[in-house]
Amino acid sequence: MWIAYKTIVVKEILRFSRIWVQTIFPPIITTSLYLLIFGGLMGERIGSMQGVDYLQFIIPGIILMTVIQNAYANTVSSFFLAKFNHSIEELLISPVSYWVILLGYVSGGVARGFSVGLGVFIAVSFFVDLSIHSVGIVLITFLLTAVLFSLAGFINAVFAQSFDDISIVPTFILMPMTYLGGMFYSIEILPEFWQMLSKFNPIYYMVDSFRMGFLGSSTTDFITSMMVLTSMIILLAVVAFYLLKRGVNIKT
Amino acid sequence: MSNALQISKLTKTYVNNVQALSQVDLSVKQGDFFALLGSNGAGKTTMIGIICSLLNKTSGDVSVMGLDQASELNKVKRMIGLMPQEFNFNPFEPIEEILINQAGYYGIDRHQAKQRAELLLKRIELWDKRTDMAKSLSGGMKRRLMLARALMHEPKILILDEPSAGVDVEIRRSMWDFLKELNNEGMTIILTTHYLEEAESLCRNIAILDKGQVIEQSSMKALLAKVSQQVLILESGKSLPNPLPALSFSVERLDDHSMQVVLDKLSVSKALETLGKEGIEIEHVRSAQNRLETLFLRLTSRED
Repeated sequence: MWIAYKTIVVKEILRFSRIWVQTIFPPIITTSLYLLIFGGLMGERIGSMQGVDYLQFIIPGIILMTVIQNAYANTVSSFFLAKFNHSIEELLISPVSYWVILLGYVSGGVARGFSVGLGVFIAVSFFVDLSIHSVGIVLITFLLTAVLFSLAGFINAVFAQSFDDISIVPTFILMPMTYLGGMFYSIEILPEFWQMLSKFNPIYYMVDSFRMGFLGSSTTDFITSMMVLTSMIILLAVVAFYLLKRGVNIKT
Repeated sequence: MSNALQISKLTKTYVNNVQALSQVDLSVKQGDFFALLGSNGAGKTTMIGIICSLLNKTSGDVSVMGLDQASELNKVKRMIGLMPQEFNFNPFEPIEEILINQAGYYGIDRHQAKQRAELLLKRIELWDKRTDMAKSLSGGMKRRLMLARALMHEPKILILDEPSAGVDVEIRRSMWDFLKELNNEGMTIILTTHYLEEAESLCRNIAILDKGQVIEQSSMKALLAKVSQQVLILESGKSLPNPLPALSFSVERLDDHSMQVVLDKLSVSKALETLGKEGIEIEHVRSAQNRLETLFLRLTSRED
């Protein structure tokens, strides 16, 4: 099973690496623009947030946003294309267990999230003198976030029937959730009702923990954030496994 | 010795209530070269899909090399190599990678898979294209790639769904030689094809599917013996009389030197003797029909 898992992961990494101009490079450019506009030009007028300079404040959220988008994009596009060109049959006829297939695709998403996240981190370090409060918190939050959104992308791909279906969720659900998850602001500045509503958005916990890893300050308890993320991962993993095992939209 | 494939009462009804297979029983012996024939929509690809775990069956049993598919699925999967009808690889992957990955899914390490891929790519004459993307291959090359992929894990049974579609005559002959070689080495091969000449020249046993049911299963020899009528083209070195004389069998003048005869029960030698008595000397005799095709059309009622 280890060889089969390794094969899927290597295949996934090679897949997004071959098209690095589409997968790795654009997020780095976009992020640099975000930092230039929101951080460099507007940030000075905003001042500080959560006790730190605004540019420093938004960096963790921006890095995590690219991780979320890329982990999701990798599994949704890769698994949907495998369905579309029927290459998924290569796996279905072979003795690879469904857990290994799922784990392989999720690991591919995590690998892309990590590659892009690292690329953005390096790009950001040209603009700002970055310091990390806790490498452990940064890494665990990154890992759980990437796993969660890789699973979400996988589930989207299972249900997707067309290329439109793989862009609807990222555009109409993922993007608003990301922007409203406290990426550009601290939820402390929101009215009480919106603060409460933000706590139903899982991205808030990810951004908050990730920011804690960089800046050492957060608006919610780290353990609570980890519990939210872990619970959601378990839930999505069970759903994804069930869909795969039942062969939903894969087998008739 | 258990059968390579044993199917009992296999039924498949799709969600739209189309019944693709109905209570199908089929057995294929180990080491056989077996033809599964049927017109479009007869249920061949559905049956293969179920055997290879690509489709869920509605009811019935499938066992491969004595192993029950329901209870020993992974062992069964290891026994089978599939070359499907439709191209089902990632067109944006280099062809050598496609083979190595397939081996990896069966637990074969990369080093060993590379060696096997080299062997197979050389055998199917695609070694020079190993780093090319699959999308750049011609239709015939893509078929050969799928054949190589099906053999990467050294299966006991090779299932070929329309292997020759879109393959030119020369490559088809070379593919046949390769398949015969594999069969001689002991591999059981199950073939579906629309080229009935292919089935006739390669396969020892045959089943014909029609509307989701097996309507004939026997040896190729026994089946062909059922076709008593022969249609022959006879060629003479001299000009044929025009019109041809009336004979006890049907005869039609094709051109100055050739004619077509239809023999129901009369032997070829008797027919030649009759023609000789009329002063017509025949130099060459060849068959004008594919006997299996005639039989196939008769069994599936496509010919009156």
